[in-house]
Amino acid sequence: MARAIEERPSAILEAMRQLREDAASYRGIWSWITTVDHKRIGIMYGVTALAFFVLGGIEALLIRLQLATPNGEVLTPDQYNRIFTMHGTTMIFLVVMPLSAAFFNLLTPLMIGARDVAFPRLNAFSYWVFLAGGLFMNASFFTGGNILQGELGAPDAGWFGYAPLTLSRFSPGEGVDFWALGLLILGVSSMAAGFNFIVTILNMRAPGMTLFRMPLFVWMTLVTSFLIVFAMPVITVALFQLLFDRLYDANFFNVDKGGTPLLWQHMFWLFGHPEVYILILPAMGIVSEVLPTFARKPLFGYPFVVFSGIAIAFMSWGVWAHHMYTTGLGAVANSAFGVSTILIAIPTGVKIFNWMATLWGGSISIKTPLLFAAGFIAMFTIGGLTGVTHSVVPSDYQQQDTYYIVAHFHQVLFGGAIFGLFAGIYYWYPKFTGKMLYEGLGQLQFWTMFIGFNVTFQPMMILGLIGMPRRIYSYPGGQGFDIWNLVATVGAFLIAFSVLVFIINVIASSRRKEKAEADPWDGRTLEWSLPSPVPPYNFKEIPTVHALDDFWHQKYAEDERGRPVPVVAGGSEEEEEEHGDGHGIHMPSPSFFPLIAATGLPIIATGLIYDPAIVAVGAAVLMVGIYGWALEPATE
Amino acid sequence: MQHAPALATNTGLDNRKLLMWLFLASECLFFGSLIGAYLLYRDRSVAGPYPEDLFDIPFTSVSAFILLMSSVTMVLALAAIQRGDQHGLRVWLFTTAFLGILFVSGQAFEFTEFNREGLSLSTNLFGTTFFVLTGFHGAHVTVGVLILMSLFVMALRGRLTRAESLHVELAGLYWHFVDIVWIVIFTLVYLIQP
Repeated sequence: MARAIEERPSAILEAMRQLREDAASYRGIWSWITTVDHKRIGIMYGVTALAFFVLGGIEALLIRLQLATPNGEVLTPDQYNRIFTMHGTTMIFLVVMPLSAAFFNLLTPLMIGARDVAFPRLNAFSYWVFLAGGLFMNASFFTGGNILQGELGAPDAGWFGYAPLTLSRFSPGEGVDFWALGLLILGVSSMAAGFNFIVTILNMRAPGMTLFRMPLFVWMTLVTSFLIVFAMPVITVALFQLLFDRLYDANFFNVDKGGTPLLWQHMFWLFGHPEVYILILPAMGIVSEVLPTFARKPLFGYPFVVFSGIAIAFMSWGVWAHHMYTTGLGAVANSAFGVSTILIAIPTGVKIFNWMATLWGGSISIKTPLLFAAGFIAMFTIGGLTGVTHSVVPSDYQQQDTYYIVAHFHQVLFGGAIFGLFAGIYYWYPKFTGKMLYEGLGQLQFWTMFIGFNVTFQPMMILGLIGMPRRIYSYPGGQGFDIWNLVATVGAFLIAFSVLVFIINVIASSRRKEKAEADPWDGRTLEWSLPSPVPPYNFKEIPTVHALDDFWHQKYAEDERGRPVPVVAGGSEEEEEEHGDGHGIHMPSPSFFPLIAATGLPIIATGLIYDPAIVAVGAAVLMVGIYGWALEPATE
Repeated sequence: MQHAPALATNTGLDNRKLLMWLFLASECLFFGSLIGAYLLYRDRSVAGPYPEDLFDIPFTSVSAFILLMSSVTMVLALAAIQRGDQHGLRVWLFTTAFLGILFVSGQAFEFTEFNREGLSLSTNLFGTTFFVLTGFHGAHVTVGVLILMSLFVMALRGRLTRAESLHVELAGLYWHFVDIVWIVIFTLVYLIQP
């Protein structure tokens, strides 16, 4: 700690010199590679996830091109299977989850008044493992032969990986091995992050920041992290079982030896349904922050929204078999899971009404973040309601494996999660980059994405209801599928255009001269009390919190009719740069051991597929990383 | 209790200790899933050898007893460091690690023996679920032994002082958890035969 500072003046000079050096080391590629700063890790998570978003989007466009016309010939059946598997896997594990993790990283410490997360190096480890897992998974494309001649080697059994399709007999080649090992690596990343954020939120809140003064986003981070640390072990075991079957001839899913493929489905969906909420709860948290700011009203029914989130998390453990109605579980099981699935719509509905009530009567400022948040509410509501339609067992029997299901989950994961995440990107972008995104381009992106989204996915609802099965690479003409498939493909390109607008916006804004203000939206939570971009140490002095939306209350008092009136000389003014400029604040040292440890994992995974000797090398790298990490002082 | 000096936390629990508790909680689901798969496939093997042909209950009882005793020595190691008894710390850390190695060796012997009698990972569902479940437990014990040996080396070099007793406490939490999992496995897999 900064123990010597009071003792001698020269120590202060020394500390200042050190800090200048540290600040200087905030430049250059090496400072990013060794960073343990939650904001930089958050930015790396975000940029990487958006890169994978573009990759997964290109895969989606290939799918839509193939299906644009009957008897499409853009992709071979084999390529199609690999592309749609990688599209789903990428979008879920390499886009929505890490993009949510980006916001956990960027916001959690700021919102609770902390200088960093509880375990900064573990946090860096999470990011590097995520990157390693994503690259490892996509490396599978190169294992099929000559990729330039279209010989892809990626997994081809769907993102759900149903046994026995995934077994060696039906999925020869290394694709599924890469898939299973890649998901195991990504699981390590998610679990490490989950532990980190739970400990951070439970242990590192500023004085006065009680649990029920935490911003809703922090609550959703906490709930999501609990879901992650309890759901991931289940898929971990399932993936190990699959790998033992594939690599070492075990019998978990081998029907010849009495195994049952249903074991996979139970394990996968016992993980998979909490996973659905792992994907959507962070976006719900973001929307719950954006709406109050742009309606200039507190979130309506804050405790109800919190408890609804908790209720959703608990109930998400009791609904998994609604993915399995048609597997013959029997009437009693189907009815029970049907009821639990209908019930989980209640807390979700509570949230939707709370968001609408937040907007109701507010002085609404229509900016891009609000547009995306409102788009989230509308699209997610449709997605949620279509979900209720297949909680009803007989109805689901008709919908199972049709495009109606595809439409439903894109409605919640794109119309929900992605819209919510873009609301967050536009909202917090100035806080971490110091630049505002252009409002005009932002609105253009929103409207093209919103229209493109509906043009893409509403036709899929119709396609599903008139009987088009999912996971098919082609369909014959003249069955009523032609026109709607073409429409969906046009919509997909409109979405691609909207993403292009976003990329242009990012590039254009980076050339902006004017710096973003500390509090451009008149925000309510603690991060807006800090300069943009936030300095490495976050808070010069750890704040003391007196209320929910504390920063708002520093800026505004209420008049007798409950309307906000600015506090004279309130906290909204920018703090003076000179006053206590952060010298002597002790921050964790950079470290390259998290990267080394993370590098070991894909090496081990490669070795498991190809050669035990490589496993030994990977294990050695991992050990070097772990021991170096354990023995280096966390702080100087 | 003595802890390494740490910043005050909201729960009063050291960050690292809270992390360990959360990790162990998630491990419950890991082993729960493995045990669930074992129980689901019990009696579903279409060919032998079956558990009753292979299990040597007295032998496994002894190795289970050894693992349980290692929890006692683990407690003694923690008590030693907390009262500043460096000699006791080294003795009990080493004893705990040694008992752990003894347990893993017993498991290796058992695996070899079963294998000699015709049970492999691919023989039947029993082989598959048994080896994977107990193998993952053995791997956890092995990781525990590595942690204990690392602590032992640190203690030998005098780098594990009373102020760092938390390291021993965390290793202890992990170690006791692995023991408890074995109690569950031993009971469900070995003792309760249908």
